[in-house]
Amino acid sequence: MQTLARQRYHRLTPLLLVLGLLALITGVATIIAPPPATANTEASAQDVEAGQKLFAANCASCHGLDARGQAGVAPSLHGVGAASVDFQVGTGRMPMQASGPQAMAKAPQFGEKEIAQLAAYVASLGAGPSIPTAEQVDGSLGDATNGMLLYRNNCAMCHGSVGGGGALTEGKFAPGLWETTPTHIYEAMLTGPQSMPVFNEANITPEGKRDIIAYLEAQRGGSPGGLGLGAIGPVSEGLWAWLIGIGLIVGITVWVGARSS
Amino acid sequence: MTTSPSASKVNRAAGATANFVDERTSIAGFVKYFSRKLFPDHWSFMLGEVALYSFIILLISGVFLTAFFIPAVTPVHYEGTFETMAGVEMSEAYASTLHMSFEVPGGLLMRQIHHWAALIFTASIMVHMARVFFTGAFRKPREINWLVGFTLMILSLAAGFTGYSLPDDVLSGNGLRIIEGIVRSIPIVGSYISYGLFGGEFPGEALIPRLFTAHILLVPALILGLIALHLFLVFLHKHTQYPGGGRTHKNVVGLPLFPVYTAKAGGFFFVVFGVIALMASVLTINPVWNYGPYDPSPVSAGTQPDWYILWIDGLLRVMPGFPEYVIGGYTLSLNVLIPAVVVPGLFFGFLALYPWIEQWATGDRTEKHVLDRPRNVPVRTGIGVALIVFYVILVIEGSNDIVATLFHLSINDITWFIRFAVFILPVVAFWITKRICLGLQRKDRELVLHGHETGRIVRHESGEYVEVHEPLTDQEIWIRVSYDNHKPLVLEPETNEFGVRRRWYRWSRFKQAVSRFYYEDRVEPVTPAELEAARSSHH
Ligand code: HEC
Ligand code: HEC
Ligand code: HEM
Repeated sequence: MQTLARQRYHRLTPLLLVLGLLALITGVATIIAPPPATANTEASAQDVEAGQKLFAANCASCHGLDARGQAGVAPSLHGVGAASVDFQVGTGRMPMQASGPQAMAKAPQFGEKEIAQLAAYVASLGAGPSIPTAEQVDGSLGDATNGMLLYRNNCAMCHGSVGGGGALTEGKFAPGLWETTPTHIYEAMLTGPQSMPVFNEANITPEGKRDIIAYLEAQRGGSPGGLGLGAIGPVSEGLWAWLIGIGLIVGITVWVGARSS
Repeated sequence: MTTSPSASKVNRAAGATANFVDERTSIAGFVKYFSRKLFPDHWSFMLGEVALYSFIILLISGVFLTAFFIPAVTPVHYEGTFETMAGVEMSEAYASTLHMSFEVPGGLLMRQIHHWAALIFTASIMVHMARVFFTGAFRKPREINWLVGFTLMILSLAAGFTGYSLPDDVLSGNGLRIIEGIVRSIPIVGSYISYGLFGGEFPGEALIPRLFTAHILLVPALILGLIALHLFLVFLHKHTQYPGGGRTHKNVVGLPLFPVYTAKAGGFFFVVFGVIALMASVLTINPVWNYGPYDPSPVSAGTQPDWYILWIDGLLRVMPGFPEYVIGGYTLSLNVLIPAVVVPGLFFGFLALYPWIEQWATGDRTEKHVLDRPRNVPVRTGIGVALIVFYVILVIEGSNDIVATLFHLSINDITWFIRFAVFILPVVAFWITKRICLGLQRKDRELVLHGHETGRIVRHESGEYVEVHEPLTDQEIWIRVSYDNHKPLVLEPETNEFGVRRRWYRWSRFKQAVSRFYYEDRVEPVTPAELEAARSSHH
């Protein structure tokens, strides 16, 4: 029935014009989807070696040649685990470029193979969370309702009610989650990038994490009510009421008035 | 003219019915009276109608929603079709809202029509109010109607807020939680009022049914009654008109209400309805299924009130947190009281009293039926723009998290900026607006005295070059010279001729100060003598 409702409104949405305007003004920023990361394969010694070379060339300037970090520049990577590297490099956050309130996601600079090599190298430095398996992140095996309850209590205060994103202090922000791959969602919870807290196995069980992925994936089909306006709450609705509603009505009134006189 | 027998029969029947009604109600007098009323034609006079029509749309769609909404907080387990809610415990109010959205045919569309209409209702009221303000339509004899309108504006906020709180989702619950905090910040009586309102501790079981009664009965009935009074007063006073040739404070130039104006107005209803229906069918509004059933612990990012309450949220956000004192075991939360009660009280109080404030400045007690061009009352226009700037800044602060993510700014910087801006920018806006108005008035004077520049240069026989100026038409001149030329009030001496101190002297001194503020800087309209002199010197 929900899908029925959705279809009913889909037919009413050939107003792609409105959609274009919407994307423009609500600033649904174009987020470039990173290629899906594949589950980890056993890292070989060659991978570690190749990863070390890549690391020395691309990461050592900040994290140090031994990856022990440099005070005030970048943290130590001993014990952060493969999951952290896969997340940070896979979402393009690392290697970090512009300094700002937080490392920004961008198009990833490395291919899957290189990311796996970097991850293998960092994982070899100290035990840490590893990259989740395909089954662990498969939303279709999860329970979206339980995911909704977990998400509401653990994530919505930063990422918004359905993952539209939200602001934190000092220019930091929790990004929108609609484009993030399931593996990266899982890894984000495991490793807690930057201002985000770590949700370890005790906080949210692996099944719980999968339920959250299921809930977030359920948001991707669009809103049953039509265009979602960024799903950031009443502020964008108010903006549209003024821009389209009052704008159109007053525009028509002035136009009719000008024609009749 | 020949009429077929059947047509004349119909006519006779119609006539007889009309007679029947008329003999019992004397309605013909009214009909004739109203249909011969003239209504001046200007687009800005349609803004009140936008409010009226969106209210009618609210009533109709609201009746539909009432048929499906259950105003109860009894817990139930969701059994509907929305996947991510399966089996979740929620109140009946929330469950019925989901049911209405996903299972009742047309229910979601109706909900969206109702909510978009609510946003447009409040927005159009404010735009209408701004029109009335900037054109001085609130002056005598319309002060009472300004107050009626003001009350309608407050009621529209009440209607919106009670409606927003009904579905018992996380957003509405958080809104109520904030209201509870605000009520409790009122010294001494606050906690009692809060207990009374919520029927005990927040959230309690009593509130949703109470809000429902207020939302579907009390507030709409008051609005309906006051709209009737409001429109009656518009008819009684006759509508104002913009200045123009032949328009005076003693006549009305316009279209007869019936049939021309009525036809236009009827068509206009469908414009308003069309725009609202378009928005409701394309744009999601208040997706309660996203927020989830109310539960006091989770607060999601983007939790905000609808736009018309946003400025009060902004006040709360801009206020520093420190002024909170404990006096003899009682907490005095000035950090909530000032932004959420005192400042809105002063703001609304100023608006309500504005017609009288301006009367102190002018001392003018005559009736005004011709509107002001905003430039001709620079201080009023400046005050209006300053109020709007103040309001908009606070709306931005109320959305500071959204602004921060949208423009990649720091939410802390925004708040600090606005802490200063909310005091400085309205003053700057006032000053700039006043200067622009005075400049426009000077330009009007210039035009009246010297005419339009034509760009045509002619050479006199003496060899002198001059540009030809085209004199204005009488209509153009009328618009530019016929405005009230108020001057600051002159204060009578403190004591009368017998050396006795005048009564109300301080009050008069205050009024004189207001008057000076309004009228010290002014541009006088061109007098007939000046016009004559200018014309003869040009020839
Ligand atoms: C310009 C300096 C810079 C470069 C180059 C850089 N990083 Fe980082 N990296 C940082 C900083 C700063 C942080 C801390 C991020 C934060 O918390 O804001 C960080 C954090 C990380 C983390 C997260 C650590 C944790 O606690 O989970 C990982 C993993 C990481 N970097 C890997 C890499 C890899 C791999 C590369 C090379 C491809 C790289 N970085 C290149 C500056 C850099
Ligand atoms: C305290 C606020 C906060 C909470 C709570 C939080 N996050 Fe985050 N989250 C962040 C921030 C900040 C970032 C961005 C970090 C960065 O850029 O390195 C982030 C990033 C993410 C990302 C990466 C998005 C992308 O596309 O790159 C995912 C996925 C994510 N969070 C999921 C979650 C989930 C799921 C939860 C709940 C279990 C959660 N977060 C709870 C603040 C939070
Ligand atoms: C429910 C809300 C309201 C409705 C339905 C409404 C409706 C109307 C209508 C239809 C008119 C005549 C057309 C026009 O001038 O626009 C009017 C005039 C007027 N309204 Fe309102 N109005 C509302 C709120 C307000 C408010 C908030 C104010 C100001 C505080 C206000 C003050 C006035 C005044 C003074 C007039 C007379 C204007 C004149 O004669 O030029 N009204 N209203």
